[in-house]
Amino acid sequence: MAKGIWVYVEQLDSQIKKVSLEVLTAGRKVADELGEEVCAVLLGKGVAELAPTLGNYGVDKVYVAEDDSLENYTTDGYANVIAEIVKENEPYAFLYGYTILGRDLAAQVAQKVETGLMSDCVEMELEDGQLVFTRPIYAGKAFVKATCPESRPIMASLRPNSYIAEENKKEGEVVKVNPNIGDIRQQIKDIVRQVSERPELTEADIIISGGRGMKGPENYKILEEAADVLGAAVGASRAAVDAGWVPHSMQVGQTGKTVSPVLYIACGISGAIQHLAGMGSSKCIVAINKDPEANIFKVADYGIVGDLFEVVPVLKEELQKITA
Amino acid sequence: MNIVVCLKQTFDTEAKIKLTDEGRIDSKGVSLIINPYDEFAVEEALKIKEQEGGEVTVVSVGGQKAQDALRQALAMGADKAMLVDPGTDEVDEYAAATVLAKALSGLEYDIILGGWRAIDDGSAQVAGRVAELLGIPVVNTITKLEVADGKATATREIEGGSEVLEVSLPAVLTAQKGLNEPRYPSMKGIMKAKKKPMDKTTATELGLDSLSAKVQALSFSLPKPREAGKVIDGEAPDAAKELARLLHEEAKIV
Ligand SMILES: Cc1cc2nc3c(=O)[nH]c(=O)nc-3n(C[C@H](O)[C@H](O)[C@H](O)COP(=O)(O)OP(=O)(O)OC[C@H]3O[C@@H](n4cnc5c(N)ncnc54)[C@H](O)[C@@H]3O)c2cc1C
Ligand SMILES: Nc1ncnc2c1ncn2[C@@H]1O[C@H](COP(=O)(O)O)[C@@H](O)[C@H]1O
Repeated sequence: MAKGIWVYVEQLDSQIKKVSLEVLTAGRKVADELGEEVCAVLLGKGVAELAPTLGNYGVDKVYVAEDDSLENYTTDGYANVIAEIVKENEPYAFLYGYTILGRDLAAQVAQKVETGLMSDCVEMELEDGQLVFTRPIYAGKAFVKATCPESRPIMASLRPNSYIAEENKKEGEVVKVNPNIGDIRQQIKDIVRQVSERPELTEADIIISGGRGMKGPENYKILEEAADVLGAAVGASRAAVDAGWVPHSMQVGQTGKTVSPVLYIACGISGAIQHLAGMGSSKCIVAINKDPEANIFKVADYGIVGDLFEVVPVLKEELQKITA
Repeated sequence: MNIVVCLKQTFDTEAKIKLTDEGRIDSKGVSLIINPYDEFAVEEALKIKEQEGGEVTVVSVGGQKAQDALRQALAMGADKAMLVDPGTDEVDEYAAATVLAKALSGLEYDIILGGWRAIDDGSAQVAGRVAELLGIPVVNTITKLEVADGKATATREIEGGSEVLEVSLPAVLTAQKGLNEPRYPSMKGIMKAKKKPMDKTTATELGLDSLSAKVQALSFSLPKPREAGKVIDGEAPDAAKELARLLHEEAKIV
């Protein structure tokens, strides 16, 4: 029988990832329809203090596994612990956020428990009592609805920004797990984190991106300034990445990040099909381009035909007035 | 050093997607390429071979057409290819990984390379599943790789940064963009590729009788095309002002 909707909750430096709260919200909705519990799984070192926060997002039980060796994520360490929790508790469904960490972990756990996994889903619903997931394929050029009819748990990862996290107060009872971590074969030699005040590209509500029209790396400063007014992240096209102006971690598109912010502002980006693949699901698209024929205008909700170097600074000033 | 590359043939990134009358993805007339991330994997395999010596085998699970992708990898410099026909259209990640792992278990390998994701219906799991099935470690989304003394040291992408991991070989490593620049096959390479061995087999021949997928696709659909919106007229400063106003008052985003 079904034993709850379970969610892996991702945290970094004791900060719960926004996408995890979104997944909990999505999970709660389905759990209510099924009359099931929502259980969260939290791994790390000193993370038990996060459990009450999860109670605010509709979690009935929080399974906490703490250990020194879980302080930093490792594929083996985390997958071993979660696979064991899954085998013991036999959830009906087990969900993740589709992040770099989430997808790495999900594949390993799914194989350890030999079940199906639907990645990067944008919707989850019950159809005739079956949990059905919608996922974009071919870089968003098509959608597939899929399910995992027999194997349990049904596993899936949800794309960030597909759901809006909603508060929903529950008990959030804490269950301590004695983790059996096993052999960790990936030895961490070094971790480098760029400190940035800006949100993660995949989680940002607003993104301002620059392409070849930026003309050089030094000009990204004007995008950063505008981004900081909006609390936005800064992205780029592949042309800008290949020119060496910005790192690949900023690339949006088919061979970069897939993003679905509320607002995407494309500056000096022509709108090649591979770029659209990465941002086509943005709710509102703004294009600033001096070529009126640029493909990006075909998908933009608002467009300005003009020189970005003239438009962006004024836009920043105006937004500053509005948000002040 | 025996290096195996898992290579999937995918739709070209320019491909327009249509549905057949039965509501499935229509592959007619679509040009096919090596999954771009797998191309990085092939390149990396060739670089390791150039440094350490050894042999590069490319393996694909797919239909007859996937031979073209394998041939291209041979033309780039891989030594041998293996094509495994899964014998069914219902191949999910679990099934693909099951077939791949079975095929790989009959080969000798020190390093298995793949892409972190297939750009078609890919979901960033086949390579990881293969590692699990073979009982060897995986490191995903690598942007740098060094191989020495039976160990791999890989730099991989993490949220907001990167980390350096060390694993003992054999291991599965998946390529992220930035790992290298794939070479183009030379004319000589293309000629040579025609004579290189291409082992064609099937899942059944490998001893997998009942291959069943875990995930079942129910239906496919196409997104509603986005419509072009408003182009804001006027000189740059006026247009910028108007845009800010619209984002605030009309779209209500800022
Ligand atoms: C396998 C494959 C994968 C790919 N993956 C990706 C991907 O993930 N992401 C991606 O982005 N691309 C990707 N591409 C590349 C893609 O095809 C395009 O080449 C790329 O997106 C173009 O970048 P761009 O729009 O910045 O440059 P361009 O196409 O050169 O466009 C620059 C634009 O800037 C405008 N401009 C110039 N100066 C100004 C100015 N002063 N003010 C305003 N506008 C100005 C121009 O009018 C032009 O429209 C991929 C391609 C392939 C083959
Ligand atoms: N049919 C296949 N044949 C060979 N390798 C594959 C196949 N499917 C996936 N792979 C490998 O697994 C990686 C991830 O694929 P996916 O999980 O489908 O996104 C790919 O980049 C390939 O290296």
